[in-house]
Parts: sequence; C-alpha cells; structure tokens
Amino acid sequence: MTMQYLLQLVISGLVIGSIYAAVALGFTIIYKATRVVNFAQGEFLMVGAYVCYAFVVQMRVPFWAALLLTILFALAMAMVLERLVLRPMIGEPIISIIMVTIGLSLVMRALVTAIWGNDILVYEPKLFQQETVSIGGLPVSQEFIWCFVLSMVLLVVFSAFFKFSKAGVAMRATAFNQQAAQSMGISVKAIFALSWIISAIVSGIGGVLIGNINGINSSLYHFGLKVFPATILGGLDSILGAALGGLIIGLLENLSDGLCKAYLDLSGVKEVAPYVILVIILMIKPYGLFGTKEIERV
Amino acid sequence: MQFCGDFRTTYEKDVKIFQTPFIKVCMGFLGVALLALPFLVKGEYLWIALQILIAVIGAVGLNILTGFTGQISLGQGAFLGVGAYTSAYVTAKLGLSFWIGVPAAGLVTAMAGMVFGVPSLRLKGLYLAIATLASQFILEWIFLRWEPVTGGSYGIAIPRPVIGSYTFESDRSYYYIVLAFTVVMTLFATNLIRTKTGRAFMAVRDHYISAEIMGISLYKYRLLSFGISSFYAGVAGALFGHALKFVSSEQFNIGVSIAYLAMIIIGGLGSVIGSIFGAVFMILLPKILSVITTLVSADFPSLTRLVTAFEQGIFGLIIVLFLIFEPDGLAHRWKLMKAYWKLYPFSY
Repeated sequence: MTMQYLLQLVISGLVIGSIYAAVALGFTIIYKATRVVNFAQGEFLMVGAYVCYAFVVQMRVPFWAALLLTILFALAMAMVLERLVLRPMIGEPIISIIMVTIGLSLVMRALVTAIWGNDILVYEPKLFQQETVSIGGLPVSQEFIWCFVLSMVLLVVFSAFFKFSKAGVAMRATAFNQQAAQSMGISVKAIFALSWIISAIVSGIGGVLIGNINGINSSLYHFGLKVFPATILGGLDSILGAALGGLIIGLLENLSDGLCKAYLDLSGVKEVAPYVILVIILMIKPYGLFGTKEIERV
Repeated sequence: MQFCGDFRTTYEKDVKIFQTPFIKVCMGFLGVALLALPFLVKGEYLWIALQILIAVIGAVGLNILTGFTGQISLGQGAFLGVGAYTSAYVTAKLGLSFWIGVPAAGLVTAMAGMVFGVPSLRLKGLYLAIATLASQFILEWIFLRWEPVTGGSYGIAIPRPVIGSYTFESDRSYYYIVLAFTVVMTLFATNLIRTKTGRAFMAVRDHYISAEIMGISLYKYRLLSFGISSFYAGVAGALFGHALKFVSSEQFNIGVSIAYLAMIIIGGLGSVIGSIFGAVFMILLPKILSVITTLVSADFPSLTRLVTAFEQGIFGLIIVLFLIFEPDGLAHRWKLMKAYWKLYPFSY
C-alpha cells in the first residue's frame, strides 16, 4: 500500500462522487419541490449520455452544440413525463409514486436498449484532451478533472439559483407550503414542471460527463441507485447535503473497495459499501447531515 | 319474510370468510379445478401454475406488510432468497429433510426480516423503502460472497421433497405439496386479518399516532408484521428453490422485489384476493409477452433485439398505466364486477 495508491483511490472516488452529487442534486430538487421519490433518476442520466452520444458520434455535431441539444432534449422529456405520468399521481400514496417511477425507469431502459443496444459505446472523438496532468506527482487524466470541475460548477450554479433567483425562491416556497405559495401567486404546477426539468438536465449532464470517462452502456442506470445513500447521508431535502453526500459516498465507496482488496483480499465491496453506510446512517442519524427533522409527538 | 339483498346484522356475519352459500360452491369448484389441474395440463403450463402458487404465497406475505400494515418493503426478493438458501443449506448441506428445511427457511427469514425491520420503528414511508432497498443489496451481496454456505456464484443444487420412500420428483407430485402450502397460508392470512392482530395492523397503517393512543404497541405490531411477512417470503423462496432444484443469487435480485411490489399494487393493496390476482397477472404477463415476441421475431428476425427490449418496457408500462388508471388494483375491479352481476339485469 503506497501513498500513491491511496491518492489514486481518493481522486477517482471524488470524480465518481461528483457524478453521484449531480444525480443526487437532481433527485433532491424533485423531492424537495414535489415530494416525489424518483427511482428513474439513473435513467435520466443514462438517457442524457445516450442522446449526447447520438448527437456527437452518430450525427457529428460539435460537442458544445451537442451538449446544448442534450439539455434541450432533457427539458422536453422532463416536461412530457411530468405532465403525462407524474401529475395524475398527485395525492396518491407514496408507494404508488415509488412504483410509478420504477415503472417509468423500466420503460426508459427498454427504449434505450431498443434504440442503442447493449454494447458499450464510446464517445469518438473524445470530448476532452487525453494528456494527463500531474497532481502531487500523480498522473491524472484531464477527463477526471473536467468531470469534477464541471459537476462542481453545476452544483454551485444550481445552489445559487435556489438561493437568489426568483424562480428558485418560488420553488423553495412551494417546498415549504404549497397552499401558501399558491395563494401568493406562484403556479405550483409550473414549479413542479420546472423541478423535473432542472433535475433531468442536471442528471443528463452528469451522464455525458461519466459517459465520456467510462463509455456508455445500459448499466449506467446503476448511478441512480447510489442516489439513495448520498441523499440520505446529506439529508433528503438539502441541496448542499446532496452534493456533499454524493462526494462522500463516492469517496468512501472507492476507499473501502480499494482497502478491502489490498488488505482483506475481498473484492466487490464497492457494490455494497454505500448501502451499509446507508443503513448505519438510518440507524444513528435518520435525517442526515442537513435534512429537516420531522418532529412528531404522541 | 324474505328480504331482497344481502343483509348482515352481526359483526360475525360481516367478517365471515365465505359470505354466501353461492361463494362456498364457487370455492368448492375452484378447489376441484386446482386439484385436477395437473392432470389437465402438463409441461410448461404446469410449471407456470407452480410459479403462480409460489408467487401467491410471497405476494400475500408482502401484502400483510405493505398493504395491511403500511410498511413499504423493497426487499421481498432478497427475503425469498434467504428462505431458499436456508432450505438449501438444511437439505443439501446438512442432509435433513424438506419438512425441516421449509419451516426452518420460514423462521430464519422471519428473523432476518425482523432485523431489517428494526429501522421501521423509527422510520416510515420513504425512509423505510430506502432501508429495505439497502437490505436487498446487502443480502444479494452476501448470497454471492458467503461461499461456504451459499455456494457463491456456483449456487447450490437441492433435492425435491421425500416422504418415506416416495420422492416428489415430478412437477405433478410437487404441485400438490405447493398447493397445500398455498391454501393453508392464504387461509391463515385471511384469518389473520380478522383477528385483533390484523385489526391492529390496519390501525397502524391508517393512522399510527391514533393507533398508539388507543394502546396498540407500534413496536410490537410493526415488528410482528415484518416477521410474518418474511416468514411467508421464506417459505415461498424455499418452495421455489426446491421447485427449481437449484438456488443461485441472481434468482433473487431487485427485479424480483419490484415484481412482487407490482403484484400487490396491480392486485390491490390490503386485500388477500388482490394478492392472488396480482400474482396470477404478473406471472402470466411475461409468458404472454414472450409468446408474442417469439411470434413477432419469427416473422421479423431483424426486430428481435427491439422486441426483447420491449418486454421489460411493456412490463413497466403496464405498472405505470395501472397506477394512473386503476390505482386500487384488480381487487377493486373485481368488487365492481361482482356488484354489477349481483343485481343484473336490474342494476338500478
């Protein structure tokens, strides 16, 4: 075990974690505004990655234009889904809402496999330069840095959006009390649609970034399942919490995996570590680092 | 004087399992049909019937937890797995009989369920769903990695049950064992919800604060519900393992948990008959879809990839459409149908 190995684990953990953070951000935005638990968040990421692939590789659009088109696509998709699938579910019990998003995720996965198949696809040409940069004597590929920086930018932009813009304030008001928000002239329906749109865009960009590093295939949706440890750790309805939770989960997952492989000769810890962490958090601090505590007295 | 209609004047009459003589006759016919089934169909169709019977046990169990007690579980698939592996270990590795293996599977799974149910005492709704989702992934990982017990990725081969010198080797003979389990466990569930325990479950589901004020111990009943539900899952998993004669981890993945949740939602939450409808529907659906896909891909071979991808998609689509257009499930539709025919043709 060298220092270099450890540093390598930390860096790749942070990069994966930044994608988790982006997806968790999307999840939290929807949960905060609409109280819908979106099990299809990973599919949003997957669709984003594939649509961008279609533009860049299959249609030869320059990358920045393709990214813009992907964002537009995510916007349209989110609007349609929100209107057709989620709005009829308002007021239904939570289990129905969970189930409807699971059903949605199956449909999206099927569509993606039907169109693009199961093979791993690679962005060609690569979106970022391939030369490595040295950080602390360690060669790090530029893709990693771009991926990390861009997702951090995304997180900062949307945190600022929620804090300062008018729409962001309206979204927070809706999250706090729908009736009061409506009586102040906020269109709750528009806010619901907006939160789905933002969520789909953030996850879609996350998909493009991760697809650029690892290539894309239909198992990308697994990122959606890692959202739960991340958001529970951060507190379900906290944007900052989602971002931090994502980073921490990515880091812990990679470190525990690397360490168990090196010392205990145990592989595959990566798949289970986030959920063990999740259970531990639920046992000791169920509302996470920054979540709103629900207080009930009997 | 003969009244026109079905009047129930006492509570006992209201909670009777078989409300009218007509229903008793119907159930009698159903029973005969189920007993005769193995002689009428064979091969793949008998196998489908077996799967349905096993799924009914699992779905009824999940409905006790989710439908009656209101605790969402996304881990039913893994609990089936715990049952299957327990029975496999008891019968294949310890060499004990099926008749010890299946109850042991139920009990061990009930224990496991209660351990993972402990968070339910503090958590509810979404948090509980996520906790059980985590238990699904953790258990799946254990199935794959705990090689001395589970056989790792190779799985375990397990035998069919034996009584004396007779082995229930054929699907036809095994069908009767499963049928007996299904009938007993379904009747047990129907009875359970008529007792104090069942009413306490529903009180916890409908308003847990009021339930606690009325002296119902949330701690006891939530844990009990997890225990009973997991017991059902364990037995169903064990029966499934013995049916396949083989247990491996990918039979119990998250997809299975989702399928079971879909069963009780499509069938109807909080209804035993709904669980049965749901199980029948969800087992038959993929079979029907695959028949259609083979037909289509025989005519258009180039579409095979597209069509197999759509099998999953249609599965998801049906869940979505059901939730949007029939949120109370098939059990509700069944009730409407019965009400319609009761007064036919003078429904007004």
